Amino acid sequence: MSTSIEEAVPEAPAVTKSQSIASLSKSVPTAEARYRPQTLLAIPVGALISLGIHYFIPKREPVPTSHYFPTLLFAMLGFGILLIALCPFSLRVRKWMRHMCPILGIATLTTGIWELITCCLALMPLPYFPGPEAVVSSIVNDRALIFDSTWHSLALLLSGYAIGTVIALITGVTIGWFPHARYWGMPLLKIVGPIPATAWIPLAMVVAPSALFSAMGLVALAVWFPVTMLTASGISNTRTSYLDVARTLGANRLYLIFRVAIPAAMPNIFIGLFMGLGTSFLTLVVAEEVGVKSGLGWYVSWAQGWAEYGKVYGALIIMAAFFSTIMTLLFKLRDRVLVWQKGTIKW
Amino acid sequence: MVALTGDSKIESSEAASIRVWHVSKQFDSADGGITPGALALNDVSLTVKAGEMVCIVGPSGCGKSTLLRMIAGLTPPTTGELSIGAEPITGPGAERGLVFQDPSLFPWLSVRGNIEAGLVARGVLRHMQQEADEFMRLVGLEAFANSFPHHLSGGMAQRVALARALINHPRVLLLDEPLGALDAFTRMRMQDEVLRLWRARGTTMLFVTHDIDEAIYMSDRIIIMTPRPGRIEQIISVELDRPRDRGSDEFLHLRGQILETMHFAGQPLAGNTH
Repeated sequence: MSTSIEEAVPEAPAVTKSQSIASLSKSVPTAEARYRPQTLLAIPVGALISLGIHYFIPKREPVPTSHYFPTLLFAMLGFGILLIALCPFSLRVRKWMRHMCPILGIATLTTGIWELITCCLALMPLPYFPGPEAVVSSIVNDRALIFDSTWHSLALLLSGYAIGTVIALITGVTIGWFPHARYWGMPLLKIVGPIPATAWIPLAMVVAPSALFSAMGLVALAVWFPVTMLTASGISNTRTSYLDVARTLGANRLYLIFRVAIPAAMPNIFIGLFMGLGTSFLTLVVAEEVGVKSGLGWYVSWAQGWAEYGKVYGALIIMAAFFSTIMTLLFKLRDRVLVWQKGTIKW
Repeated sequence: MVALTGDSKIESSEAASIRVWHVSKQFDSADGGITPGALALNDVSLTVKAGEMVCIVGPSGCGKSTLLRMIAGLTPPTTGELSIGAEPITGPGAERGLVFQDPSLFPWLSVRGNIEAGLVARGVLRHMQQEADEFMRLVGLEAFANSFPHHLSGGMAQRVALARALINHPRVLLLDEPLGALDAFTRMRMQDEVLRLWRARGTTMLFVTHDIDEAIYMSDRIIIMTPRPGRIEQIISVELDRPRDRGSDEFLHLRGQILETMHFAGQPLAGNTH
């Protein structure tokens, strides 16, 4: 059965491919214009193999009766074919395809292999390792609650992160600039800072008026330490010649701090912001699981309590998308703020 | 480039003169004062007249950069007094511009932002926008107004540093080996550039270099310093007409004289005169 699919695969796109190569070599004969079959075919082939597994290999495990997973695979197949149809017309699409098609193709194929080793071959024990249909259907069916949880997580994360960052910038600049603040602040920072924010949970529960506030405080604390540390080191390592030049230009202390030291420390501050974002994700999830009765962290432990592992994986997928989106936004902000540094940073 | 009229010149009055009176500088020792620190300058006195171009030459460690930093107000002297015109120097000020060997441009600001920095620092940017344009033209960098410093070559970066220092119309411009990091050709072009700015603006310039040819080519007077401890060995007036011919007999004679003062005469380095 699978062989018939294998044969069917190359046929349809092969025609499109040779056509588009012909049309392309006429219009844009550049290096980007040459494209390889593995780029063009990755997504359709991945989707077709996964669909073949889904429809033709008998299931040994009970599967939800819904059809969300194959619908997704068909959507992927359609997307792949659409890309092939579009690529002769746009250089941007071709560049994007060169970069993304292998990854997306393999990702699509992986979902098929997932179904193969769970539902079809029953190699993984239930209920801990459900197949893709169970996960996709629980995301779709529980979308209202998941959306609500994501929204709560976002609000908690952003408020905690913003509060922590603002306080950290103030403490970091103070410790970095004023020797007295450095003398008294640094030991405190070095002793208290490395304690993971989650270790403060027992205290936070007692001190804060509500679980939400304690979680916000913990997220803020998780961001505060790395941002303070790196801001302080960035400020105190400002090149003396920048400060000397600014002084001879008639700069007062405010200018020296806000227009010389802080911009000079910006690359460092961003390293702190990235580190703080990682620790704040961790703190957020733990705080939600333990105290706050909402958010994605809570959702995961709640679903686990009901042994609904489809929902657990569904929430993890949403979490991955959620956190990586925020991370990407921070990268974009960094690229904009540190545009003057472009070319010298590689992370 | 830009024809600068006489009225944009700074009035060559006594206000732009530099006076250094019996100045010594002892640095703090590394061990916290048990042994005396290095004596960087020992009883240095000199006067630079308003509108004069004076070069300080000397080997490393002769305290020439320290002297410049003290005039800039960035380092206080251990003993002695410094003044600009009649005002004693107590700290840095916008009337004394400073340019380092490393242009030290603010990398987070564009070329325009760097040139405007002095106006922003003094809080006068709003009424002096056109000033920045004028200075960008003055150093021929209008086309790079929005570039960031890491896109600039060494010579361009140093031109921006010059414009940045000049925008406050300093009475005195202090240059600490400003052309030291440039290649020979760029350096010769920049020497003419500095001379052009000097003539156009009438700024008093004190120029530290360890290139003797550069000193002879540019300055009205050359101050020769010797190290350990740093002190003034000799002051030589250069009375050649500008533009100076680097190959002329007078030029070479002067070069030999300076090398002799610095105890390099007779060595292969100085082989072309006596």
